[in-house]
Amino acid sequence: MDEILALLALEPPGWGGNLLRGLVSSLEIAFGAYFLGLVIGIGGACGKLWGGETTKAVLDLYTTIVRAVPELVLILILYFAGTDLINLILDYFGREPIDISGLVAGIAVLGVVQGAYSTEVVRGAIQTIPAGQIEAARAYGMSPWLRLRRIILPAMLPFAIPGLGNLWLNATKDTAILAVVGFAELTLETRQAAGSTKRYFLFYIAAGLLYLMVTLVSTYVIGRIEARVRRGLPRHG
Amino acid sequence: MSLDTVLTPPSPNLPAPDRSVLFRRLVFAAIGLAIVVPVVLLMRWDWLPDYLELFAQGIWTSIWLTLVSAGVGLMLAIPIGLVQVTGPAPLALVAKGFCTVIRGTPLLLQMWLLYYGLGSLFPEIPWIRESFAWEILRQAWPYALLSLTLSYAGYEGEVMRGAFASVPRGELEAGRAFGMSPFTLLRRIWLPRALFQALPTLAGETVLQLKSTPLVATITVIDVYAVASRIRQDTYVVYEPLLLIAVLYMIMTLILVRAFAWLEARVPVKRG
Repeated sequence: MDEILALLALEPPGWGGNLLRGLVSSLEIAFGAYFLGLVIGIGGACGKLWGGETTKAVLDLYTTIVRAVPELVLILILYFAGTDLINLILDYFGREPIDISGLVAGIAVLGVVQGAYSTEVVRGAIQTIPAGQIEAARAYGMSPWLRLRRIILPAMLPFAIPGLGNLWLNATKDTAILAVVGFAELTLETRQAAGSTKRYFLFYIAAGLLYLMVTLVSTYVIGRIEARVRRGLPRHG
Repeated sequence: MSLDTVLTPPSPNLPAPDRSVLFRRLVFAAIGLAIVVPVVLLMRWDWLPDYLELFAQGIWTSIWLTLVSAGVGLMLAIPIGLVQVTGPAPLALVAKGFCTVIRGTPLLLQMWLLYYGLGSLFPEIPWIRESFAWEILRQAWPYALLSLTLSYAGYEGEVMRGAFASVPRGELEAGRAFGMSPFTLLRRIWLPRALFQALPTLAGETVLQLKSTPLVATITVIDVYAVASRIRQDTYVVYEPLLLIAVLYMIMTLILVRAFAWLEARVPVKRG
């Protein structure tokens, strides 16, 4: 028992500090990617619902490809292509090539993946809003932006929260995939700790508990948010 | 503007949208070709013939890992879902705990726990080393298959719980009134109804399962993704193999979706 505590200690001979730093990186990426995805999702849903034919076709292509190709493959393609493209642009303007930080790349890539799923969730939620509410807003002469902010987003929230909550849980778990491309988030830190001490079960279970804690806290918070946005709606069942 | 033009609906122009849709499709097709043709002609594909056989093996590995893990996982998910709806409380608690743990931690972590954890434990136990199973247990794929199966069982356990709970009570009561034993009731009414209801969700989840299989490459199983990584290491060609496997995954997804659509079409529905 003492040995286990020593291994999990926060100070350097122990690996606890590394695991917690990994957890913080994972959460940073998850937050960033989730909100980037949410922005893409709201834009994408509006484009799919009210955009022209071309916008719709492009968005359909985007959501179909992202949802049919494994995240790991997308991350590699977007990571390589993204860094190449940015350096190509920098080179064109005569600047030195730069190294994209793992954090930014991770957020951008996972955000694009999350965006495809958010688009579908938000689109579905907007479609469940009774059409009369949106027509009423239009009849009041609200501009499209005001209509989105005042009517559509608040009205769709109760229908979107379950899906968006699941997406947040996916975001926290998808960060683990970045371990494969060498980003020092929780899963990779765990692998290093386990590899150097040969205590595989100990460290993987410790990391599992950290992930589980994040999930359970998130589930609780999502439940509270859902209860809040559903206030005033008729209860079903 | 005369009143006449306001009141006349644009009926003579009705065929016009059709023509513009066709035109737009042609434009999209042209843009698509403009992307695909340079990709095929300008990019490097000379490595492809050397790796065809490896690709075939990789595709096969991805497919059987998906199908076997989904099949066995569903077999496990049915009791996991059932005990949460009707089972004794301790079993329901265990099933719920299993689902929470599987759904609350990343699959990659579970896979590495089994592969590195069990993989480092087994060689130290003499009777396992001497048993006939050692030949299998020293390879990587049993751990890949086990973690994929458990993951599918965890997620689908939750789906099946919802499906079992949503079968109308009256149908179960009718079955009981016919004097069906609990097992017959499950086999004839409860399970088929629950499965039909869960089918669309299962289709989506099975696509997700296919999309999870590249993770097995991290524990040295050679699937399609691993083949692409190997080509990148051997030839320094980066994009072409990745694009190729992206297309391969899309084809496999399409086939899966079609197969499930075919299954769903066979579900008997009483209409009207």
